[in-house]
Amino acid sequence: MKWLSLLMLLPLAGAAIVSALPKGNDKAAKQAALGTTLVVMVATIAMAVGFQRDNVDLQYVESYAWIPSFGINFALGVDAIALVLILMSTILAPIVVLAGWNEAHGGRWSVKTFYILILVLETMMIGVFAATDLFLFYVIFEAMLIPVYFLIGGYGSGERSAAAVKFLLYSLFGGLLMLAAIIALYVMSGAQGGHTFDIDKLSQLQMSSTTQNLLFLGFFIAFAIKAPVWPFHTWLPDAANSATPGTSVLLLGVLDKVGTFGMIRYCLTLFPDASKTFTPLIMVLAVISILYGAFLAIGAKDIKRLIAYTSISHFGFITMGIFAMTSQAQSGAILYMFNHGFSTAALFLVAGWMISRRGSSTIADFGGLQRITPIMAWSFFIAGLSSLALPGLSSFVSEFLVLVGTFTRYPVHAIIATFGIVLAALYILIPVQKALHGPTTPGNESLKDLNLREKLAIAPVIAIIVALGFYPSPLLKVINPAATHVISQMGFTDPAPSNGGK
Amino acid sequence: MDASNYLYISALLFTIGAVGVVVRRNAIVVFMCIELMLNAANLSLVTFSRINGDLDGQVMAFFTMVVAACEVVVGLAIIVAIYRSRRSASVDDASLLKR
Amino acid sequence: MFISNTLVYLIALPLAGAAILLLGGRRTNKWGHLLATAMSASSFGVGLYQLMLMLDRPTEQRPASQKLFEWIHVGEFKVDAGLLLDQLSICFVLLITGVGTLIHIYSISYMSHDKDRRRFFAYLNLFIASMLLLVLGDSYLNLYVGWEGVGLASYLLIGFWNQKPAYATASKKAFVMNRVGDMGLSFAIMIAFATMGTVSFVGVQEQVSQTSEAALTAIGLMLLVAAAGKSAQFPLQAWLGDAMAGPTPVSALIHAATMVTAGVYLITRSNFVFDAAPTAQLVVVIVGAITLMFGALIGTAKDDIKKALAASTMSQIGYMTLAAGLGPVGYAFAIMHLLTHGFFKAGMFLGAGSVMHGMNDEVNMRKYGALRKFMPITFVTFGLGYLAILGIPPFAGFYSKDLIIETAFDAGGAKGIILGITTLIGASITAFYMTRVMILTFTGTKRWDEDAHPHESPWLMWLPMAILAIGSVSSGYLLSRGDALENWLYPLFDHSDEYQKHLIEPIIVSGMALTMVAIGVAVAYFKYARQEVSSTAPEDVSIFTKVARQDLMQDRFNEAVFMRPGQALTTTLIAADQAVVDGAVRGVGQVALSSGSALRGLQNGYVRSYAAIILVGAIALIAAIWVVVS
Repeated sequence: MKWLSLLMLLPLAGAAIVSALPKGNDKAAKQAALGTTLVVMVATIAMAVGFQRDNVDLQYVESYAWIPSFGINFALGVDAIALVLILMSTILAPIVVLAGWNEAHGGRWSVKTFYILILVLETMMIGVFAATDLFLFYVIFEAMLIPVYFLIGGYGSGERSAAAVKFLLYSLFGGLLMLAAIIALYVMSGAQGGHTFDIDKLSQLQMSSTTQNLLFLGFFIAFAIKAPVWPFHTWLPDAANSATPGTSVLLLGVLDKVGTFGMIRYCLTLFPDASKTFTPLIMVLAVISILYGAFLAIGAKDIKRLIAYTSISHFGFITMGIFAMTSQAQSGAILYMFNHGFSTAALFLVAGWMISRRGSSTIADFGGLQRITPIMAWSFFIAGLSSLALPGLSSFVSEFLVLVGTFTRYPVHAIIATFGIVLAALYILIPVQKALHGPTTPGNESLKDLNLREKLAIAPVIAIIVALGFYPSPLLKVINPAATHVISQMGFTDPAPSNGGK
Repeated sequence: MDASNYLYISALLFTIGAVGVVVRRNAIVVFMCIELMLNAANLSLVTFSRINGDLDGQVMAFFTMVVAACEVVVGLAIIVAIYRSRRSASVDDASLLKR
Repeated sequence: MFISNTLVYLIALPLAGAAILLLGGRRTNKWGHLLATAMSASSFGVGLYQLMLMLDRPTEQRPASQKLFEWIHVGEFKVDAGLLLDQLSICFVLLITGVGTLIHIYSISYMSHDKDRRRFFAYLNLFIASMLLLVLGDSYLNLYVGWEGVGLASYLLIGFWNQKPAYATASKKAFVMNRVGDMGLSFAIMIAFATMGTVSFVGVQEQVSQTSEAALTAIGLMLLVAAAGKSAQFPLQAWLGDAMAGPTPVSALIHAATMVTAGVYLITRSNFVFDAAPTAQLVVVIVGAITLMFGALIGTAKDDIKKALAASTMSQIGYMTLAAGLGPVGYAFAIMHLLTHGFFKAGMFLGAGSVMHGMNDEVNMRKYGALRKFMPITFVTFGLGYLAILGIPPFAGFYSKDLIIETAFDAGGAKGIILGITTLIGASITAFYMTRVMILTFTGTKRWDEDAHPHESPWLMWLPMAILAIGSVSSGYLLSRGDALENWLYPLFDHSDEYQKHLIEPIIVSGMALTMVAIGVAVAYFKYARQEVSSTAPEDVSIFTKVARQDLMQDRFNEAVFMRPGQALTTTLIAADQAVVDGAVRGVGQVALSSGSALRGLQNGYVRSYAAIILVGAIALIAAIWVVVS
């Protein structure tokens, strides 16, 4: 069964159904979108069940000739890393649709368009992780910007147009550098046995170290902007601040993962030597991201910006784990990508509900919510605890793996990064104190607690956060072989216990 | 007679035309100056054809004439249209496309 | 090792209680407190059952373990969710569930007027479960889960009345300072894995002999940081005083009897690391000694009864830490003092709660006085705890504290003398401030507010106090009779470099200790019982009193050194992020925009100027070609 192309076609079919619905029937559009995303989720889970976890090769491989004269194929396939991310994306999609049931109202265009954009975006989210042809990857990588641009610019709040343009231009700039590198790879492949965009064949290319370094930078900067790694992060707070909560979840939870996914899949695989050359620099950038994002989050006055800044910190951990080159750090980083999707989703969705009820996203406008809206407050609190990596919740497992794995090879970086956990306590507990504790701020007395639909949306997210905190084994067993494979391909093995020099 | 004299005349005509285009305001005069420049080019082409002893330059000159004719058709039509709407044939008045 | 499959119920029962109460919501309001108490009590029952099973087994078979499931396995990093119940953890299990259950019972009455009582009991059960996980985990990482779990429960309980901003701040402060300690634990785990390749207690113990002393010292110091955070030891002690914002039963359970002693547990549990790292051990002793004096000095100046008791707790844990730092000779005494302290300090906190209950939640001791007649049971139970903490024979503290003082002198040389004298002075100051608490609260004249109507608390509250008072009286004798606790814990510790003779005869040490205590009591008696006590704190006091009232400037220090610079850094970074990092991005955009508008000036709409530009351009081009060709 052609699972991957089926997964990509399903949301498109859903989009077609939504667009065929009569005008003004918003409810039907929402239901169709929810139904479609649920079907996709079920299909993805069904596919994941059949995944052979000890096989490190690409699975569910499909390939169709697309532009034969340039050797371009519509080629799909997943390894464990891609599978985990597709799983995360397709689980998040219905949650986002359900949670943001009313967020399309008040947009520049119709509710129908909103859901068409979401569904098209879902197709691309699956495609970008599943693509095994570099050209196809690039096309989806760039095309994903279009629906997000319209989602921010058309349905967001505040300075939505400016934020959307900033997001688009910034991403396009990175994409341009990557395009140049891709063309260079294509040209070189022509000189070494035939033009191709196939990743496997491209990874066999011979090139001088200068070429490799330059091409690596082309890819890495594109991914660093996407991830975002300091100092390429400034588009994220603006975009997340202006987007609807659902869009922000997809933006931070899924699209940003394309950056870290790309670092593993493309930077490490295609340019192993250049990766090693740049690792010291990247590790420093990652550590800066961790602390920098945390400090900005501590000082943030706007709840959406705060969450965006925490994500910069978390992406620092992921980047550090990817380049630390130990199996613990690599597995931790991959697991972190999955976990971060859910903890950020929880934070953003609950923050979105808080904002839409209060009509303000300034933290100081809230206060005493724990006594007025206990369920909403608890949801926010648990999401926050997951963000600060409390043991027993999913983020702890991944964050600790990254730290412990990094420590065995880069003790100094790991030690500095660990200070991030103290800062994390501050950046979560400060908004918790201001928004949930204290006396009730005037204007908040009559806020309503979560309704059934919202409870249904947040419950699975919290369930996943808790369940994976206590029992991450099923996921780790899938991720571990892939992580070890990446490390060994790069020619690394885990450092043996040092006995402290005895 | 030395063929280069024709080229001097051609250069002179071209310069007169170019200066005319730059300094005159009346669209008709500008237009005629452009024709002057085209014909200066034609003169050079024909001269070179004579010097080289083949017909290439003359063929080019015919092309130029055809193009010039077309240009006159379109250009005059535009000038007339502008004059009708703005009651002026000054090129400086037709500066709507700035900025 | 004995494999058991019933250990998990110890944790699962209170955890289930917490889950039912939290998820059940208002539906469980009616019977939630009963369920939570039952869960805690049944966990205590399981603990007793485990103790019986343990006693039945031969000594080397006593530790029992249970593997629940595979938790984190990546490469060589293998951690299972596993439990370990040995002679050390059973002491804690019984203390936690026993005192915990008593405090559950007390709280039923104490919190009966609070509409969020159910939530309070859910947190209490969550705390019991986390604390049990902390002492039952079979690896440092499992301990870490419980470690942060109790931190969370403590945060929730300190901030139970978080509608008051000061209380919410206190809970945040406790969590953040605990996180600093947790960071130390993270470091210790990382170093252990990098150097030994394992993080389980058994694995680390096996690897100690193959590991360099530098690495072990690093691990030891990081474990000490963790212990300092959780046990409010210097320099991470500042949160404990503010933690008194929580309801009083919480102060009794978490901030006196159990959670704050987790640091002592961690050091004792890691005895194999500290025994091989003398430098780390020395630092432990120093930290213990400093905190002992620090807490005692703060205690002398506090008018808030709970804060005075909190300072006392800090000081008493200093004693335990000091004992634990003395190596194998001290571990058992640290644990013994921990257990006796659990009884008498919890008892006194409950007594303080009972007083507050009768006095409209007034905590200022200067507004008490003469309560002996109105609250006889509270007076008696509190008094027994008082005698115990002073170390008057035959009460509990006499046994445990004297043993620590003896061991301190036995350390030998200058170290022994300094430590011994420190502990003696500490005992004297303890006697002073505890006598002060007794006199101000229970004797003298009435200094009440007008609307105060003191009365004895209901039996649900005084019964736990009475039981704890019995413990304060008898636990010391029972635990030290025939060296019972020492022998019980003996197999866990390395005794290769024992046993030395006491340098000073125990009877002399006891005599010195009692003399010091008598001096402390006498000073307090003359200062507070023979003079009129003002109902407001006097302002014309010495600089030392002023400093002690301000907790020896701990908050000022933290504010000046960490908070202010941190806030400044945050503000600067936010400004810099806008101006520099985003400024660079916007700068690129600006350059594009402004170069565009500059060039736009050329597009002036005059055909003739376009023609001139074309002409100039053409000439320039030709000239360029000319130059290049010729």
